Amino acid sequence: MGEFTIKMPDVGEGVAEAELVEWHCKVGDPVREDMILAAVMTDKATVEIPSPVTGTVLWLGAEIGDIVAVKAPLVRIGIAGEGGDTLSDEAGEGGASDAVTTTETVTASSPSFQRGEGGSQGRMRGAVGSEQAKTPPHPPFGPLLPSGEKVNRAAPDALAKPLASPAVRLRAQDGGIDLRQVSGTGPAGRITHDDLDLFIARGSQPAAPAGLARNTSVEEIKVTGLRRRIAEKMSIATSRIPHITYVEEIDVSDLEDLRAAMNRARKPEQPKLTILPFLMRALVKTISEQPGVNATFDDNAGIITRHGAVHIGIATQTPAGLTVPVVRHAESRGVWDCASELIRLAEAARTGTALREELSGSTITITSLGAMGGIVTTPIINHPEVAIVGVNKIMTRPVWDGVQFIPRKIMNLSSSFDHRVVDGWDAASFVQRIRTLLETPALIFIEG
Amino acid sequence: MKEIVCKLLVIGAGPGGYICAIRAGQLGVDTVIVEAVKAGGTCLNIGCIPSKALIHAAEEFEKVRHMAGGESPLGISVEAPKLNLAATVAWKDGIVGRLNSGVLGLLRKAKVKIVHGRAKFRDGKTVEVETETGMQVIRAEAVVIATGSQPVELPSLPFGGPVISSTEALSLPAVPQKLVVVGGGYIGLELGTAFAKMGSAVTVVEAARQILPQYDADLVRPVSKRLGELGVRVLTEAKAKGLSGDGGALVIETVDGKEQSLPADKVLVTVGRKPRTEGWGLDELDLARAGHFLLIDDQCRTSMRGVYAIGDITGEPMLAHRAMAQGEMVAEIVAGKKRAWDKRCIPAVCFTDPEIVTAGLSPDEARAQGHDIRIGQFPFSANGRAMTMLAEDGFVRVVARTDTNLVLGLQAVGAGVSELSSAFALAIEMGARLEDIAATVHAHPTRSEGLQEAAMKALGHALHI
Repeated sequence: MGEFTIKMPDVGEGVAEAELVEWHCKVGDPVREDMILAAVMTDKATVEIPSPVTGTVLWLGAEIGDIVAVKAPLVRIGIAGEGGDTLSDEAGEGGASDAVTTTETVTASSPSFQRGEGGSQGRMRGAVGSEQAKTPPHPPFGPLLPSGEKVNRAAPDALAKPLASPAVRLRAQDGGIDLRQVSGTGPAGRITHDDLDLFIARGSQPAAPAGLARNTSVEEIKVTGLRRRIAEKMSIATSRIPHITYVEEIDVSDLEDLRAAMNRARKPEQPKLTILPFLMRALVKTISEQPGVNATFDDNAGIITRHGAVHIGIATQTPAGLTVPVVRHAESRGVWDCASELIRLAEAARTGTALREELSGSTITITSLGAMGGIVTTPIINHPEVAIVGVNKIMTRPVWDGVQFIPRKIMNLSSSFDHRVVDGWDAASFVQRIRTLLETPALIFIEG
Repeated sequence: MKEIVCKLLVIGAGPGGYICAIRAGQLGVDTVIVEAVKAGGTCLNIGCIPSKALIHAAEEFEKVRHMAGGESPLGISVEAPKLNLAATVAWKDGIVGRLNSGVLGLLRKAKVKIVHGRAKFRDGKTVEVETETGMQVIRAEAVVIATGSQPVELPSLPFGGPVISSTEALSLPAVPQKLVVVGGGYIGLELGTAFAKMGSAVTVVEAARQILPQYDADLVRPVSKRLGELGVRVLTEAKAKGLSGDGGALVIETVDGKEQSLPADKVLVTVGRKPRTEGWGLDELDLARAGHFLLIDDQCRTSMRGVYAIGDITGEPMLAHRAMAQGEMVAEIVAGKKRAWDKRCIPAVCFTDPEIVTAGLSPDEARAQGHDIRIGQFPFSANGRAMTMLAEDGFVRVVARTDTNLVLGLQAVGAGVSELSSAFALAIEMGARLEDIAATVHAHPTRSEGLQEAAMKALGHALHI
């Protein structure tokens, strides 16, 4: 039987290593040619690794969460015939681009997007069913002892009954204790009288009728995949960028009237407008006057790159976690175009079908938690950008117009800037200009 | 007649019912028990106890007869013995009678009210009993159905005349010259063997490929061998068709499809037992069923609130000790204790020659449940006590998990191994590992050493083989 070694492919962009996020096979599994064996993730992309041969999996070179160097052996497959030859798949860049399916992501921006929905496993493709993700890292039973010592329970018993002597069982029944909840320290996982005493002493009787009970369970979740990328990016952004966050109140009553009118009059093929396309247009207009905020700062090289193009990243919550699809060349798009592109990208990001270029290359980012409420956020800059604009909830508030209180629709804008390259004055000027545009929305559409 | 109102009503005073009533009485529950025939049920009157009495008498007789044949290596010689079956049956009836009155005494001691008569449900809380003195109505908060089981009758061989069930076989006035046993299960073989030892020419007709079909071939082999020595003819894969025209023979269809006539003075039909679901008003209750049996949960509750069922009416294994354990549990539940069925095993004994005892999982059952197992087997031919008793056939076998050495099952076949049932069941209930059994000092010289040696064998270090 021959042996075929699949190595970690070079996924491009000068990447030297990638994280293994998913195995689709295990040792002993038969594999067919083109069957997906594993998924690895780099900074930018999740790459599925297919089998170039038909055979049987002999060896797996990494565990989920391991960082594997490019060209390191990943899988060995036994193949029929071929004598004792050891073949290997030196998947170069050209070969790899044909062989691998790529999905890309950029992780960035507001930590307040992480509302627990995101999985710890970096599963970029929603369709990729993974037992790993469904299986909790710890079995449901067998809580830890106070010392933290793990109890070595026997494998699930086919008799489906906890292993305990009749006297222990009788005590448990009398005490209303479900022995399946008790860890056995005896031979073969047998529950002893001492185990029962300890369980009772700890007060963790799940059968107790009262609703309040101590929960001493702990769960370890390995931070892998997309969650790890998010964590790393957030650390870099907060450790290297001194943030200045500036919050301003914006009267969007007129904008809301305009938006409502445009939505009423829209053509069937046009999308429903939200506030974001208007904000994007306002950003574009402001940037044309104040280009310093539409920039990326390479602090190692000490170079600020100001961009003519306005590629606006839109922080988006997906089942896997936070991703930032990018509306490219917003400066060339009208309000309706921006709206259509937003809808398309959000859907692509949520379903994991966004392309590499749709998930990278932003020059400024918008984060919107408006629908959730909250009066202020402290957005974290999408490194290496220098500015991020956060949208808060629109609320009707009483406003003094000099004569009386009148109800106005008020929205807070919470924006953060890299204080190394954007001074407070410039930040304030930027936001004030946006305010002017949004409060008098006709200005957004006036040329020049 | 005045209505009786009580907390617990038990219908049927077999081993399940009377244990339930005694335990309930001990716990201060106001209890009434109804029995249509005799206290003790099938087990005590026409089952376990009388059959064991007859089997013992037959065994003793056969031993002496064997010695009289001049073949005894023990050096004993006796004159040809004679058996007076009527006297044997009378002795057996004496034992049954003593136990009958013993059960009644225990019930009285527990302050259980005993009502004689046939009970019939009016509704889930009310039962009518036809007694000698008229209709007695009993109302109870909880009712336990313990009506037991009865022999299955073959349509082609209805009971009556020469066709008898185990009940009649236990009270025959004389040993039949030619006995044909239809059904090679444990009841047929126990009784067939006893009659063979008492002098009958016995033929066993079994439809399956093997006698004792519920046991594996290794356990059955010593029994088959002994049947051969006793001159019992065993016809497997043969079907009983009916009596011959003159009633003096049983017509069977053999494995090759031919009809054959087996001359018989008596035809003993032992093709199984069925739950007794008729005659007590099951229709009034419309309880959920599991096949022919009543459906129960792990607290022996039926589908009707306050109505429990225990024993043979609730399914296999139809064994007295299962019914007793259920009865005890239900009594405690009715008394307000928290109880649920949590037994790991119900040992079973087959009083053939030699005896078979099993507890827990057989090797095949363990594998079928997905266990990776190791097996240790120790033959009695290497056991000193077995040699001194002239009974070296058989073995002890242990089945354990490979990963933890947890004992999953224990089996034995051999003379007197029924008494190993307690050690077997205790080991499994206690969650013993092979090491527990191997490291327990077993008295020498006894057959029980075979258990220790089997465990050692499974661990790879048997000492005597």
